[in-house]
Amino acid sequence: MNNTHTGQAGKKLSLKEKYALMTRGLGWDTSYEPMDKVFDQLGLEGIRIHDWDKWEDPFRLTMDAYWKYQAEKERKLYAVLDAFQQNNGHLNISDARYVNTLKLFFTGITPAEYNAHRLFAMLGRQFPGPGAAIACQMQAVDELRHVQTQIHSISQYNKYFNGLHDHSVMNDRLWYLSVPKSFFEDAISSGPFEQIIAISFALEYLLTNLVFMPFMSGAAYNGDMATVTFGFSSQSDEARHMTLGLECIKFVLEQDPGNVEIIQRYLDKWFWRGYKVLGLVSMMLDYMLPRKVMSWKEAWEIYFVQNGGSLFNDLSRYGLRMPRHWEQSVAEAEHLSHQTWNSFYNFSDAAAFHVWLPSDEDMAWLSEKYPNTFDQHYRPRIEHYRRLQAEGKRYYNPSLPMLCQTCQIPLIFTEGDDPTRTSHRETEHEGEKYHFCSDGCQEVFEQQPDKYVSAWLPAHQILQGNCFAPDADPQAAGFQAEAEVMRYFHVNPGQDNMDYEGSQDEANWRLWKGLSPDGASKAPPAA
Amino acid sequence: MSVEIRVASIDPIRQTFARTSRRFGADKPASRYQEASFDLQPRDNFHYRPVWDPERDIYDSRRTAICMRDWDDFRDPRQYYYATYVLNRARMQETAEKSFEFVERHGLLATLSAGQVHQVEALLLPFRHLEWAANLNNCFITAYCFGSSMAQGAMYNTTDRLGIAQYLSRIGLLLDGNSGRSLIAAKERWLGDPAWQGLRRLAEHSLVRKDWFEIFVAQNLVLDSLVHPVMYARLHTELDAPGAAYLAMLTEFMKDWYGENVKWVDACLKIAAAESADNRAQLSAWAAEWKGRAIEALDPLVRLIDSGDGPQRLEAAVAALDLRMTRLGLDPA
Repeated sequence: MNNTHTGQAGKKLSLKEKYALMTRGLGWDTSYEPMDKVFDQLGLEGIRIHDWDKWEDPFRLTMDAYWKYQAEKERKLYAVLDAFQQNNGHLNISDARYVNTLKLFFTGITPAEYNAHRLFAMLGRQFPGPGAAIACQMQAVDELRHVQTQIHSISQYNKYFNGLHDHSVMNDRLWYLSVPKSFFEDAISSGPFEQIIAISFALEYLLTNLVFMPFMSGAAYNGDMATVTFGFSSQSDEARHMTLGLECIKFVLEQDPGNVEIIQRYLDKWFWRGYKVLGLVSMMLDYMLPRKVMSWKEAWEIYFVQNGGSLFNDLSRYGLRMPRHWEQSVAEAEHLSHQTWNSFYNFSDAAAFHVWLPSDEDMAWLSEKYPNTFDQHYRPRIEHYRRLQAEGKRYYNPSLPMLCQTCQIPLIFTEGDDPTRTSHRETEHEGEKYHFCSDGCQEVFEQQPDKYVSAWLPAHQILQGNCFAPDADPQAAGFQAEAEVMRYFHVNPGQDNMDYEGSQDEANWRLWKGLSPDGASKAPPAA
Repeated sequence: MSVEIRVASIDPIRQTFARTSRRFGADKPASRYQEASFDLQPRDNFHYRPVWDPERDIYDSRRTAICMRDWDDFRDPRQYYYATYVLNRARMQETAEKSFEFVERHGLLATLSAGQVHQVEALLLPFRHLEWAANLNNCFITAYCFGSSMAQGAMYNTTDRLGIAQYLSRIGLLLDGNSGRSLIAAKERWLGDPAWQGLRRLAEHSLVRKDWFEIFVAQNLVLDSLVHPVMYARLHTELDAPGAAYLAMLTEFMKDWYGENVKWVDACLKIAAAESADNRAQLSAWAAEWKGRAIEALDPLVRLIDSGDGPQRLEAAVAALDLRMTRLGLDPA
């Protein structure tokens, strides 16, 4: 072999050339073991890739640069978190009600970030092109960063507020958290191309501003320095993840015309799955933030209808169209948050955060933002609840709701053209009847019925007696089924849930802030 | 006397998360490592069977023959979580960067003899492909292992291996004046040179194994303990030849990394071996099997080491591995 030694100063390399030389050549076509055994998941879905070398690296970060940039970000972030803790930064939030959005985030989204960490490690191992694999590996380690920085940002809140104490167990068990949990498990249990379309494209690219923006802007508007600093710190990671989402869809579509139909099917499914999970975000924006950022309807209009619409315009040259039922999501934007918050108000004795009825000021805001629906359909119901509460007859729903077999949300939504009728679909599969909240969810089920029949539906599981701790004995005298289910959820009834008014969170907040019971300020407690 | 700052103090209602209390004791203030590392992986109530492994759950402890009562028992002696990991690696890369800049600015690889250059080309650069296999193997462990503490350690190992492969690539680019010719030649050796074929075959075998703990043993215990001390460490002991010190500078990252990574690898193996006799037997059997193959694969390569003592170095590394296995509670075969 030739001696390649020149001994001369090297020519200057562009970033792209340097990255390609250092990275792209690392892989090889195996010959002692067949390639389809080394990368054995690529044939599961019928997607055809002819040339992995056509992958355009969405960002060209070598590891040394990654360590350097990320360390810089971590230094800044942890300096802020240290200061936040040292100075009881949690006392500077707008109101203790705000912390309930963190409870939703921490029990619903942080565990999803953990799943993303593992999912991208799977992709980092399964894609045979080093370009694609490394982009996924970097996202895998980024997602671990997000899990951990969220834990460290929220650690201080956990020391002072209830409901944040057991996020991992709650995500596995608590009924409404099966909505985000089943969403992510649906993705992670799929083949590698569906995994990346579901998370990188549908979630991280198409819908990311509807998850990330509401929580991080909510933190900014409500004085939560820890969370908003985390948000700013992860923004450049998220930008990388978005470019990966866009690159992967273009790459797959350009590789083979036969891929278009499969990708369209994935997009239809994952748009609808993602949209349903976002129902939790809608109520957070409209009902839970003491200082509001924007309404759900406005957010959906900007981030989905406008931004998503122009994205699909771009993608139409590949033969893709807007996902099925997107128009319905726009029509439902008038109702989504009101119906979702109402359900949590009804079932808040079984949740892990506090609820409250909107104040007069909140209702004026809701009327303004929802002129077509709020005063007509939702204000009267809230006023009714107020009267009941004033009479000491606070309404809780004592039943277990029917759940949608696909998205696992109770059947709480109404027909798109008639807000007085519950939307309920059903289908039969192998002699069993299955129920759905929408046409979209029914269609997702009918594409893969054998997958969705195995869903762990919390209401069913509770009724079957599968939601008790191992040491619980349903045969014992005086067995308290409801209390035992709460124990299985790791929820402390009355402490973690029900109304904010009268809660320990509220009492502590008043004490720390020096507020009298009627809300007036008084001298702070002695140091 | 000291300067005093008085701050309003309010008592917390709890010290840490419940999962952290359950593992490290109730209501003790927890470290950031403790809060960030353990009991994060989903455990219960999986909704769907994965299409890529329909017999098992999404996260399933049965993806290895090793059994643990507590899968989050794998504590990292380095106590790395993301922030401490990247801060440490950023410091290491800063040193490496200075070395590369220094060597490049002064054209110092020109001081290497033709023989030394040949040694780098024939015996160092092709290892970038072995590191790529090590990257994929640790990425496999990250993806399919059980428990967040094991996945975390394997994740950092994954990105470390990519970093090492890229540093090796940069040595090649320094040698070939950024033409990439040395890297193409290294890949040709990896793919066709008879001396490298045993190692490539071994790497490819490791890539089709499905038991993630076996891969851990094959890659992180056996292969590393024979490759690093023999192929990298010698660059740091044979410093007499002109230019040798520069090669030592350019591979210092690998040397420092190896010394540190061993602590994590040993901790994992020690914990798994201490769990049961069955684990000990299984880990020992894997180690023995992969050790035999690795010695065979490395034999033709160590014979090419120009100082002539390659076979003795390999023998010494095997003896050190046996000693290390005994220390970890494994039976050296």
